[in-house]
Amino acid sequence: MHGTERFTAAVHQWLLGMFSPGAAHIAEMVLTGLAYLAFFAVAGLALVYLERRIAAFFQVRLGPNRVGPFGLLQTVADALKLVAKEPIGTKKADHFLYSLAPYFLIISSLMAISVIPMGAGFSAFDIDVGVFFLIAVSSVGVLGILIAGWGSYNKYSLIGALRSGAQMISYELSVGLSLLTMILLVGSLRFSDVVQAQSDYWLIFKGHIPAFIAFVIFIISGTAESNRTPFDLVEAESELGAGFHSEYSGIQFAFFFLSEFINMFIISAVAATVFLGGWMPFHIGDLEGFNHIMDYIPGPVWFFIKTGFIIFLMMWFRWTFPRLRIDQLMKLEWKYLLPLNLLNILLMAFFVWKGWYL
Amino acid sequence: MLDNQSIKDILFAQNDTLEFSEENSAFLNVWVAPEELHSLGLFLRDDPRLRFDYLFCMTGVDWPTEDTLEIVCHLRSIPLGHQMVLRCKTGSRDNPELDTLSDIWPTTHMHEREIYDLFGIRFKGHTNLKRLFLDPSWDGHPLKKDYVDEVNLIVK
Amino acid sequence: MRTGTLFDPIEQDLHTDEYKINMGPQHPATHGVLRLILTIDGEVIKNVEPDLGYIHRSIEKICERDNYRQIVHLTDRMDYLSSHINNEAVCLLIENALEIEVSDRVKVIRTILDELTRISSHLLWWGVMGMDVGALTTFMYGFREREMINDIFENTCGARLTMNYNVPGGLMWDIYSGFVRDTKAFLKHFKPKLKEYNDLLTDNIIFRKRTEGIGVLSKESAIAYGVTGPTMRGSGVSCDIRKLFPYSAYDRVEFEEIFMQGGDTFDRYLVRMKEMEQSIHIIEQLIDNIPEGETLEKTRAVIKLPKGEFYQRVETARGELGVYVISDGKKSPYRMKFRSPGFSNLSVINEIAVGHKIGDFVAIISTLDLVIPDIDR
Repeated sequence: MHGTERFTAAVHQWLLGMFSPGAAHIAEMVLTGLAYLAFFAVAGLALVYLERRIAAFFQVRLGPNRVGPFGLLQTVADALKLVAKEPIGTKKADHFLYSLAPYFLIISSLMAISVIPMGAGFSAFDIDVGVFFLIAVSSVGVLGILIAGWGSYNKYSLIGALRSGAQMISYELSVGLSLLTMILLVGSLRFSDVVQAQSDYWLIFKGHIPAFIAFVIFIISGTAESNRTPFDLVEAESELGAGFHSEYSGIQFAFFFLSEFINMFIISAVAATVFLGGWMPFHIGDLEGFNHIMDYIPGPVWFFIKTGFIIFLMMWFRWTFPRLRIDQLMKLEWKYLLPLNLLNILLMAFFVWKGWYL
Repeated sequence: MLDNQSIKDILFAQNDTLEFSEENSAFLNVWVAPEELHSLGLFLRDDPRLRFDYLFCMTGVDWPTEDTLEIVCHLRSIPLGHQMVLRCKTGSRDNPELDTLSDIWPTTHMHEREIYDLFGIRFKGHTNLKRLFLDPSWDGHPLKKDYVDEVNLIVK
Repeated sequence: MRTGTLFDPIEQDLHTDEYKINMGPQHPATHGVLRLILTIDGEVIKNVEPDLGYIHRSIEKICERDNYRQIVHLTDRMDYLSSHINNEAVCLLIENALEIEVSDRVKVIRTILDELTRISSHLLWWGVMGMDVGALTTFMYGFREREMINDIFENTCGARLTMNYNVPGGLMWDIYSGFVRDTKAFLKHFKPKLKEYNDLLTDNIIFRKRTEGIGVLSKESAIAYGVTGPTMRGSGVSCDIRKLFPYSAYDRVEFEEIFMQGGDTFDRYLVRMKEMEQSIHIIEQLIDNIPEGETLEKTRAVIKLPKGEFYQRVETARGELGVYVISDGKKSPYRMKFRSPGFSNLSVINEIAVGHKIGDFVAIISTLDLVIPDIDR
């Protein structure tokens, strides 16, 4: 039994000791919800800080370094400022949709994050269609963007939103198909099974060639899914001002901003879980001693190191590449990634059938 | 590349009502009557000896003492390299009107709008003759010598 | 019964409309207060109409009021990125009109500073160009090097942007003692950076795909629209004033006029990148042998130009800046016209942008390298 599992079991026992089983169950749900909300906020702020520091690193400057040690409190201060600000919208906006839009995004990313195991037994609910659920839920977010663009009564927002619609629907395919490639190898959609299957080798090594292709496709389409450079046409600040959230301010803007970073976290977490072994430690074949040392590092630490690596990769893209044009974006997906992906699935299926994997 | 005298000879053969001057100027100045402005423009651009295809500066000048406005077009030939100045005086100062050159040198499309804005010379045949810099409701044409604006223009 | 005419029922019920969007006056891509009214069908641009005047200060009218010494100071508020070259245009005009011969020292220093200005302007353009196509890092890189030039300017004359170092008859004062050392240090620092720039942006596959074949400006329309500077040379037309009508010390240095033949966005980009190399080359020829001499010729306190008309042109970072003066012999010009490069370069926008997408449009206006006060004056 892993440390994280012991921890959740202990909490479970403790609650059972205090309440009746029904009440304990409700208390557990509330506690999990609160824990996720807290994690959500902290992760969001941490990622914004990280982004700014890494951007500064790429751009030969310092980044935030005044508020708190190493500028750590800068994002907190910014968040407080955003919360305190008055939301100013357009008069002709469709106010119902305009106010609704941020919640679509924030709730969809909050739901998506709940199925990702951050350690053994460390996920809000571990359902048997986990991967499917995640893809389904994360595509709800695009509705939020479309509604935001439509509801704010701004032409730039509308262009941004429609770009986003086209982009998300296209790249959803690649995300789904590249995950499916790996599911062929595992044989289960449950995230804990996916991680468990990697206890000997990570899936990217296990499935070698097709797995690596799927990983690259997933990173590309994941970057597109989270609307980051080189696929940030939705915001495209030099073209559309701020795209779909041009007309948002204050806490509503903060929601959009936060959900963008949480989406990046989700994409990275899924990449880490499905391709890089999730919370599983790094093991090399039969090197018992080495593997044993690796086991001492707790699961969540592994998980966050791997996720952090992918996040760094995505930030690296953002501060290096120019942006694609909308037709190039579509071309990349429908003419290159999708056919490649379909072939890759066949390849993987063939490998699995022949048993040509580690 | 032709010298000023050769340009003068070619133009004089084409149109003997033109006035020429090289006094106090780096270029050959050619004055043309308003009604012949457009045809001379075409000739300047299309004549294989002249080929003034590059209009690099166009502006207006106000001459209240002579009761006239004038446009000044600096021309250069990219393939041949020679230069000259084409000038045309409007008939009256209050209702100035000239033919457009924007179908000959498209660059004048913007220049003519500027001149219309600041001098009030209307160009017949211009497709989009609106004020360029100033607000459509602006009163008067600022670069005219008798323009008075007590608020925005401080005269020492 | 259906007749033989072809019609699409969807097209009938849900027809598409062209619509107009305002790009500017507050928009990140217009780099200032330029307003472009775009008529758009989906993402495709159907028509572009510039709406100018947001920063129009009527400099030409002010010139008719001020004296010649004051006019010099107005010019660096036009194209603020090549303020030194703008100043030089007016100073050269006055010097030529009054037949003042400035010393070789002045000519050489002016030329060196011209080229530093050009590099600094192109650096800013490069940074912003990258930003316009979405690569945000280029901006910081461009500014890092630009800062060194600005420091040299600051040490020379006290100002970093609107320099006013040129005065009629020469220079305001002599260069500072470390000028040669600092300029050489800059060149040494800057040369390897050009390769870095090419690695970061020029050779990036996305950047190439975004710029190649986009916004093609043919040789004929470039001439017809009176386009100048690197924009014109990207279409393969020779128009470098430094070569055609040399001024200051340009007749004594070796350099290449850069041409590209394609006339697309990428060619205009390459012209500017290669021009920076040529600027380095020019400075290197001059920096080691700045001749001794007077830095300021004596002029009268109130300058009066003789009666007549004068035209002086210089090559700014954006192209040909022409100063046209009609003088009636008084202390202020009778009429002063600045033929600014941005004005004619902007007029070609409708010609090259129609049919492209919004993303391309941003790249296209970026390579026209517009400075709005230069257009509005």
